[in-house]
Amino acid sequence: MSPSDTPIQDRAPAAQAAGQAERSAAGKPALLEVEKMRVEFPTRRGTLVAVDDVSFHINEGEVLGVVGESGAGKSMTGSAIIGLLEPPGRIAGGEVRLGGRRIDNLPYEQIRRIRGREIGMVFQDPLTSLNPLYTVGHQLIETIQTHTDLSESQARKRAIELLAEVGIPAPDRRIDQYPHQFSGGMRQRVVIALALCVNPRLVIADEPTTALDVSIQAQIIKLLHKLCREHGAAVMLITHDMGVIAETADRVAVMYSGRIVEVGPVREVIRNAKHPYTHGLMGSIPMVGHDLDRLTQIEGSMPRLTEIPPGCPFNPRCPKVFERCRHERPELIPVEETQVACWLYDENEGATANGGRSGSHG
Amino acid sequence: MFAFIVQRLFQAILVMLVVGIISFALFRFTGDPVNNMLGPEATIEQREALRERLGLNDSVPVQFINFIGNAAKGEFGLSYRVGKPVEELIATTLPATIELVFVSALMALLIGVPMGVYTGLKRHAALSRVFLTVSLIGISLPTFVIGILMILIFGVWLGWLPTFGRQGVVDLGVWQTGLLTLQGWSHLIMPAFTLALFQLTLIMRLVRAEMLEVQRTDYIKFAKARGLRNRAINYGHALKNTLVPVITIMGLQVGSLLAFSIITETVFAWPGMGRLFLQAIQFVDIPVMSSYLMLMAFFFVMINLTVDLLYYAVDPRLRAETLGGAAH
Amino acid sequence: MALDSQEIRVSPGLGARILDGGRRFLDGDVFHSFRRSPLTMFAAGVTLVLFLVALLAPWLAPYDTLNLSSINLMDARYPPIGSTFDDNGFIVEADPRFLLGTDEQGRDLLSAIMFGLRISLGVGFASVILAAVFGTLLGLVSGYVGGKIDSVIMRVADIQLTFPAILIALLIDGVSRGFMDAETHQAFKLPILVLAIAASQWVNFARTVRGSTLVEKNKEYVQAARVIGIRPALIMLRHVLPNVMGPVLVIATLTLAIAILTEATLSFLGVGVPPTEPSLGTLIRLGQGVLFSGMWWLTIFPSLVLVILVLAVNLLGDWLRDALNPRLR
Repeated sequence: MSPSDTPIQDRAPAAQAAGQAERSAAGKPALLEVEKMRVEFPTRRGTLVAVDDVSFHINEGEVLGVVGESGAGKSMTGSAIIGLLEPPGRIAGGEVRLGGRRIDNLPYEQIRRIRGREIGMVFQDPLTSLNPLYTVGHQLIETIQTHTDLSESQARKRAIELLAEVGIPAPDRRIDQYPHQFSGGMRQRVVIALALCVNPRLVIADEPTTALDVSIQAQIIKLLHKLCREHGAAVMLITHDMGVIAETADRVAVMYSGRIVEVGPVREVIRNAKHPYTHGLMGSIPMVGHDLDRLTQIEGSMPRLTEIPPGCPFNPRCPKVFERCRHERPELIPVEETQVACWLYDENEGATANGGRSGSHG
Repeated sequence: MFAFIVQRLFQAILVMLVVGIISFALFRFTGDPVNNMLGPEATIEQREALRERLGLNDSVPVQFINFIGNAAKGEFGLSYRVGKPVEELIATTLPATIELVFVSALMALLIGVPMGVYTGLKRHAALSRVFLTVSLIGISLPTFVIGILMILIFGVWLGWLPTFGRQGVVDLGVWQTGLLTLQGWSHLIMPAFTLALFQLTLIMRLVRAEMLEVQRTDYIKFAKARGLRNRAINYGHALKNTLVPVITIMGLQVGSLLAFSIITETVFAWPGMGRLFLQAIQFVDIPVMSSYLMLMAFFFVMINLTVDLLYYAVDPRLRAETLGGAAH
Repeated sequence: MALDSQEIRVSPGLGARILDGGRRFLDGDVFHSFRRSPLTMFAAGVTLVLFLVALLAPWLAPYDTLNLSSINLMDARYPPIGSTFDDNGFIVEADPRFLLGTDEQGRDLLSAIMFGLRISLGVGFASVILAAVFGTLLGLVSGYVGGKIDSVIMRVADIQLTFPAILIALLIDGVSRGFMDAETHQAFKLPILVLAIAASQWVNFARTVRGSTLVEKNKEYVQAARVIGIRPALIMLRHVLPNVMGPVLVIATLTLAIAILTEATLSFLGVGVPPTEPSLGTLIRLGQGVLFSGMWWLTIFPSLVLVILVLAVNLLGDWLRDALNPRLR
């Protein structure tokens, strides 16, 4: 058993309290629930923990932004949910539930039926996401026919509609072209069409615009957002761009060293960041109308997976570190509308908690 | 498409020209052709007559042009060793070699590709390990040792198969084939397998490596994320992408099958061109050597051309580039 | 002296580098993966034993099979220990003096194999060293100098690659026969063989070294060495060369296996080593001639030794390649 399993009883009422704070958690379970998920990579030099006891949920139709530096475990979390971890990576603990049904331990054939059908995925690089040897039509029709009973011609009609929907001009002609005949932005539109082609309930978008030209990033995000709303799909939007989160997401989860350090409604997290890391992250992005004179920078860099310090993983870089942070790992603590994994907000540390909050305004 | 073929043809002609020059230099400047043909006891008049007849008194460029012209017409001169026209020797040995190489290539492909796919998909299966170990032995076993072992086992000990020669041949006029009779096949099967084994393991390892490589690509991950069936992912998406390098290597390997047929033909006393070439080397039969060289070069060039066209048929990106090239 | 002090400023001295390299090796992935792979350790052991046997053959071999006067026709056709041989109805028992039996002339097979191994390995090493030296130099020059020289060298390499190595080696042998009379050719057979094998293998070295050189060339330490005016030849040998030695070592190991096979094949075809100095390939050829009279051991044992040797060297090469390039695993 890992040491982080011990405070489970302390945490349970806290999580419940947080659940009550959410608007749509009344009665029926959220669309996606991830509970204490742990992803491990066994290596020669020991086991690396890439995602460490992460818990969060996504409601129907909601956009959850997942933000963090590269290597924080964002993409790994996304891949783990859909069962696509690259071996030897594996889910070593916790549960993933979709609409109340546990999906992290399904046999291969059943998880395959969920992929694409119920959870769509959009990857980072549209240039490499499409098979270069098949036309986009072939790839769309193949996916549609895998999950539905449509005939070849019906599937083709549906594919053309989808291409039109994602904004590809002359879709009835473009459908018979190969991926290399599309520009990067157009290819990402095709990828989005593929992810949405059988109306999944959830779309996991893993840095969907990172590889694209800056000038079209906003377009693609807007398109993804609009389509998911129209199709009634919830989105897990993985990105390192707080700007994208601010514009698109309903709630945001901030990850650091494989853990969620803060999760809450976007407005709250941006305006009133509680975790010192989130605070630093907010300070490092330029924003219109924000009363900052200059951008701040977090000293140091995120530890490698082999060198995560005991206690709070952020403690070596934290400006507000105190003794407890170096020994005890903080769990998510509900504070106002958000949850924060930081000892500054523990009731037992009352005095310092105030200090922390006033610091977040400074 | 047209520009692409023209460009490839141009390259092919260049290679043939270079090989032609080497063959000519070999023919003209190694040893004295007259001495080789007539022997040391010939009179000066006889020598001079032969020099005149062979055109050796012309200038070197004229000789080269004549040499190439004759080769293009299928005239390669007289063999020093048997005194017969080289083209006659080639005509009798060529079908044997072509059939041997063809059947071997087919064997290597039809066995090697499925084994490669299997070991690529089921990396940790026990059978995969067996295949890989066997393949390592296959690569380390020299062709002639494989041949000898097969002769010893199936010929000497078990007595199932004939161990040398090519029989059961049917004469179709321009081509003598051994593929129409059971006897012909019984003679062919051991040499063909011997020749195929190395290529087979090579193809298997290549397909395996490519399958492993392709499985790491984003488009396979994306295909999995779309919930496509395993069969569609493995055979539709992955295998098709491995075909491009496999075709390239296979093209090169047909060339090396032709070369290694020299060894197989020696082991099994198979009356093909390889044996002809080997005898030519031992007896310094320059006309046969230089014609063999040119013929090989011709085959290699034709194979490369075919490979390019196949490549072009498989990969749409290449089609687009050449379309663009043609438009300019 | 002045040059030396400059050189130290540009990159660590050679001694320090070797010491550092040694430490890294024992501590690093390469050695680790070596100890983790029993098969590789076994292959290394087998290779070492065969090398020692080849090196010490004149002292280890029970008979001096190269010396014709030591061979007694009366000892002909003994089968290996533990078997009998039906020589036209006359049953021959094994003789304890000849562990692996004898051939038709009464030559001890074990001794012949030991001397054969010596020749096979000798020719193999000589050709690999020759091919490595020429290929590496040409690759260095091609990559470092670039331009016309580069395109000429690489064009030749491309054309040569179209033709299988064995064909090129055969051709060189054939041409050499054309240029020399039979006696001279016989005298120079071994060097010609080494040359022919090396000529068929230099391309791999040249292409790899050229690729690595292109990468190293643009690194800062080379740029710095250039700026302070060190001669190109010196930069190539002192700075670029040590950094491309890893791949060269891998190719050399794998090429050794190919060279041994090529030599054996040529000797089997009868165009390799002279008959007075039989290699493993020659022994197999001689053995094949009497295969039908039932003297199987004359083919089987030399083949077995050849295969084990090549397999062990191949395993070492494979392992070395994977250990130096983790992505391929």
